[in-house]
Amino acid sequence: MSDLHPSREIVVVGAGPAGLQAALAAHDAGARVTLVDASPEAGGQIWRGGHPPSRIAARLLGRLRDSPVQFLRGCTIVDAPKPGQLLAMHDGNPLWLSYHRLVLATGARERFLPFPGWTLPNVLGVGGIQALAKGGLDLAGKRVVVAGSGPLLLSVAASLPLYGAQVPVIAEQASLSHLVRFALGLRYLPGKIPEALQLAWRLQPLRFQAATYPVRAHGDMRLTAVTLRSADREWTVDCDYLACAFGFVPNLELAELLGCTVREGFVVVDNWQQTTAPDVYCAGEPTGIGGAEKAMAEGAVAGLAAALLPEDANSPVSRNLHSQAAPHLARRARCHHFAQVLERSFPLRPELRDLPLPETTVCRCEDVPLIHLEGCSSWRDAKLQRRLGMGHCQGRVCGAATEFLLGWPMQSVRPPLSPVPVRLLAAAALAKADDSNPHPQTRPGQ
Amino acid sequence: MKHPDAIVIGAGIVGASCAERLSADGQRVLVLEAEVVGSGATAAGMGHVVVMDDNEAEFALTRYARQLWLECAHQLPAAAEWEPVGTLWVAADDEELDAARGKCAFYRSQGCRADLLSAQDLYRAEPKLRPGLAGGLLVHDDAVTYPPPVAAWLLERARNRGAEVRTGVRVQALEGGTLRLMNGDSLQAGLVVVAAGAASLRLIPGLPLQPRKGHLAITDRAPGFVHHQLVELGYLKSAHGSALESVAFNVQPRATGQLLIGSSRQFGQTGAEIHHALLSRMLQRAIDYLPGLADLSILRTWTGFRAATPDKLPLIGPAPDREQVWLATGHEGLGITTSLATGQILADLVAGRTPGIDPTPYAPARFLSAEDERSSIPEAADVHFH
Repeated sequence: MSDLHPSREIVVVGAGPAGLQAALAAHDAGARVTLVDASPEAGGQIWRGGHPPSRIAARLLGRLRDSPVQFLRGCTIVDAPKPGQLLAMHDGNPLWLSYHRLVLATGARERFLPFPGWTLPNVLGVGGIQALAKGGLDLAGKRVVVAGSGPLLLSVAASLPLYGAQVPVIAEQASLSHLVRFALGLRYLPGKIPEALQLAWRLQPLRFQAATYPVRAHGDMRLTAVTLRSADREWTVDCDYLACAFGFVPNLELAELLGCTVREGFVVVDNWQQTTAPDVYCAGEPTGIGGAEKAMAEGAVAGLAAALLPEDANSPVSRNLHSQAAPHLARRARCHHFAQVLERSFPLRPELRDLPLPETTVCRCEDVPLIHLEGCSSWRDAKLQRRLGMGHCQGRVCGAATEFLLGWPMQSVRPPLSPVPVRLLAAAALAKADDSNPHPQTRPGQ
Repeated sequence: MKHPDAIVIGAGIVGASCAERLSADGQRVLVLEAEVVGSGATAAGMGHVVVMDDNEAEFALTRYARQLWLECAHQLPAAAEWEPVGTLWVAADDEELDAARGKCAFYRSQGCRADLLSAQDLYRAEPKLRPGLAGGLLVHDDAVTYPPPVAAWLLERARNRGAEVRTGVRVQALEGGTLRLMNGDSLQAGLVVVAAGAASLRLIPGLPLQPRKGHLAITDRAPGFVHHQLVELGYLKSAHGSALESVAFNVQPRATGQLLIGSSRQFGQTGAEIHHALLSRMLQRAIDYLPGLADLSILRTWTGFRAATPDKLPLIGPAPDREQVWLATGHEGLGITTSLATGQILADLVAGRTPGIDPTPYAPARFLSAEDERSSIPEAADVHFH
């Protein structure tokens, strides 16, 4: 009996490394695949706008272009009201997507922690300043302090001089001993990251400060300087920009809306990248922060499994799936080792919890200072009583901060997953009646 | 607290009001809340303090309650976002304007400040309304508020008189004055007040209550877009009919500059998910009245459950056939408005005082007979039970 399901519809959310691999793998295995991404370009945060694109990115993006995978760019998921259905916004209109199986490859965002002055203009994320630089932000002659935590600090700091910026200091909050362990752990991973790190270490040996973190950003209307602290000193560095982020937090909103079990901040998946929600798979950063290599390995497994796993969980898994997935499973195992090293190497130091003053803003959408959270017992309590996380970003920034500062897991994701015009939701029901099958009837190659 | 005089189950605005009033009478009150303060229908609802005149008992209760709100408004914390914006009932055509005229005369005869608005007055008051409307009725002393901080404020007052509030405590069963908690503990008090909204049904099976689901949506900030709580006069028909599903134009300006968009009613639903067919209808209805709304962004949508009784009046008083158990639930869509009156009436009855208004229409004993209860539930609503 064939294990191909030519009619199986698979929707992949997110066109970064995990989503691209999932979509292509599922397509190669015979499924009809729709790949959606909120941005107008595929590649995800990591590959988008890269000049020149990395070889692996160029290869995957090229394969996507040449494949019959339907790529919906600028398509935002709004809600997941029932199994098998997603409501999306595409070109400003509501669009219903139906699926037999869904792969979540929603990536991660930077973690921001509040300290005095963190809301000043020109205080940006680390990935954030890189994206802006790629997008044309003029950094020529600008002084950019890079601070926070994680390997991204080094690779971004190494890239900023290409845009004409000076990097007076890179402040990594993790201790030198942790970083040494990280560097040693890297021997286990073939890939780009060690090269970037070695480059950064070579280029900027004197400017890299371990066990150092920002305590205050200065300036009235915009940033003028930042004060850094290490174990034995505190000093102030003049700068035009502060690029600061403390690692990554996964984008779990859609997974939570779908009812996937989340443990210790990550989506729980089995060996085939299946979540606890029926027919929902997950790959990449939402299952554990591990970078592009891990995302690609998991994406390939998720795509194959979504296409080839039998409907009945008790039916045997085909040899075809086992043999196709084998190399990806092996690669995934190596990447998981790296992810563990990563997690152990950049633990957030407890002193960071003491950075915000009582009047420091925690929720910038609703202007909630830390002191307003006094007496609250949970995220939901603070939301109801103090407006924490009630604003435009729906807690995407302050949720990770209060989780670290106060130990409150964020609760109750509500649709729409990102703000949409009233007209769109007003037309959503009609869109369904008119177009119950959003997939094109005829597709190349089928 | 080892031996409370009274245990209130539910720290929504109704339970908080009961606790506040009972503690004012010197009772040692323990409040138990399954989640956090003000998190059920109190958080889900609109926070519209409104006098309604659908029937005499509803009018008496809402007018009395609004009076209590007005008396304490100056003491409310800023987070309560109390805004005395009034309610503007919008008349789409001459028939609805006639209804507004009758309503206006009634309100005035009862001493409630109200004005009939011509079409011209209407557009002066709310320029964003669509052209072609007939006029409206402005009820001046209605207001909007953000209820969860009000519940917290009421409980703070109760705490200052010795009450204790425990959150994250679920009651598993209620046997007379004894409560069995999910964690296995037992609690006892001479008086147990069940103020758990639609969840009261779980504690006292057979209560004449049905969850009636509602959807709401809130926009990004658009200060000055509208100035009053705007409600279509057709709301009276849809809110108080017994159709399985209904929507009405109901838009509220929040103190933050956001707009809260309602309203919908659904029987026979128990899941919290968004029902997009209904949400679309509700939003389209709002756009029909306020075309400019179409371009604002929606930040969040959610649902909540009103506890609806067959006659749309709450249950305030001793539970039939249950010693020591009192009810403060069944407020349908008017729980925020009537919360303060509910607490006062309940405390008056407990203390043997004569309440400020006749409490008989709200006495749970009116549904004493199971036969009566069955026959008075609207037919459509029966679907829920089958």
